[in-house]
Amino acid sequence: MVGLALYVIGLLGLTTYNLQQALSTIEDRVQIAVYLRDDARQSEINLAQAELGEIPEVRAVRFISKREALELAREELPEFSELFSDLEVNPLPQSLEVELIPGERSQEVVERISAAALRYPFVEDARYGREWVDRLFALRRIGAATTFAMGSAFAVVAALIIGTALRIAIFARREEIYVMRLVGATNGFIRRPFLLEGALSGLLGGGLAWLMTWATYRGVYAFLFQLAWIPPTWIFAGLASGAFFGAIASALAIGRHLRQV
Amino acid sequence: MIKLTNVSKEYAKGGFALRDVSLHVKKGEFVFLTGHSGSGKSTTMRLSHMAERPTSGEVRVTGYTSDRITQRALWKIRRRVGFVFQDFRLLPGRTALENVSFVLEVTGTPRKDIVPRAQRLLTRVGLTPKAGSLVHELSGGEQQRVAIARALANSPYVLLADEPTGNLDDRATRGVMDLFWDINANGMAVLMATHDLELVRRYTKARVLELDNGRLVYDSAAA
Repeated sequence: MVGLALYVIGLLGLTTYNLQQALSTIEDRVQIAVYLRDDARQSEINLAQAELGEIPEVRAVRFISKREALELAREELPEFSELFSDLEVNPLPQSLEVELIPGERSQEVVERISAAALRYPFVEDARYGREWVDRLFALRRIGAATTFAMGSAFAVVAALIIGTALRIAIFARREEIYVMRLVGATNGFIRRPFLLEGALSGLLGGGLAWLMTWATYRGVYAFLFQLAWIPPTWIFAGLASGAFFGAIASALAIGRHLRQV
Repeated sequence: MIKLTNVSKEYAKGGFALRDVSLHVKKGEFVFLTGHSGSGKSTTMRLSHMAERPTSGEVRVTGYTSDRITQRALWKIRRRVGFVFQDFRLLPGRTALENVSFVLEVTGTPRKDIVPRAQRLLTRVGLTPKAGSLVHELSGGEQQRVAIARALANSPYVLLADEPTGNLDDRATRGVMDLFWDINANGMAVLMATHDLELVRRYTKARVLELDNGRLVYDSAAA
């Protein structure tokens, strides 16, 4: 039962991790394209490139000339390559591509840098796919909130199951506990085996959940679609929290019993 | 050793178990606490090892006072006061030796000393040959001896026994009583609750306290 509750957390972890991976791949593409007028002087462009590059959140500013823009378009859109080769005049604008430091790709930063770029008179437009950025961050917030809420709920369920199992164990050993108290055993001494038992149940439940999550991952990977396996730190954190929740649940159960006898 | 001063105990459900009881069990005394069922004997025994606190008045056990008792003090009291029950309260599924060892283990006796000490305690109560027997294989008298050995494990100052012979036949009762006298002869105070007046009459050297309806009505030491 504990294993099943923690398995749900494992599945949530797997989903969250993959969602996070997908989002960060998309997020890597969050960059600002600053389109320049054709009549912009190279010295002005160099100055803007240097100034934008000095903004702390900016990792790099790359100048894309009209010719480079056309080559890129040909590479990225091969289905239109014929159309591009027939052109007599290159219609694509020159631009500055502003790449941001990871973790600084928030909507607020993107908007601020776009606004700074637009202040240059030779800048035609600054685009960053605003709707996408908004959606991306909204999705990330929803994902995090859902994982947190459901993860907490199932963690509580696991703790309750461990607590109930331990209450039964405590009931079965009530005579032993009574004798221990009668002869002057400290509460710490009485608690210790139950805490260990709780931690062990949590740890074993966590281990079982890990195996089930891994089996699910292999199944999905083999028959449905590719996905990434959870990093070891997450697994370790999961096992540690399983043991921690187990110990807490048993501490509460035995604490209540010790107050009664 | 154990001193109750103007102690009353009222239960939440209503009704007094004890009313204004004062008594003092001194070092090395053998005291019978007698009275009918419901007279307050068991409440007095529970107050005497601080399993309960008085509603009013003061209980003093081996130097600790009921109105200022801490958890740590409670552990110390429990190690200075041995307790024997009518129904033995031994751990089922364990041997006589394990039942005694268990107490030594939970009160922090060094591991290497546990078994030799438990064996000595069983020898003290005359149960050496039965050390390896499971407690349910023992007779009532033998089980009570194991319980006494367990109560002696912490070398207490006083031994409390609540109707310890209540479930025993005459022969076993005599054996257990001889053991209590022997323990008392070595300087340990014994407070024994019993409603068996026949038994009390047999041991004329003991001090007798009588409770009736929650009040102390007789003290042979004062008579």
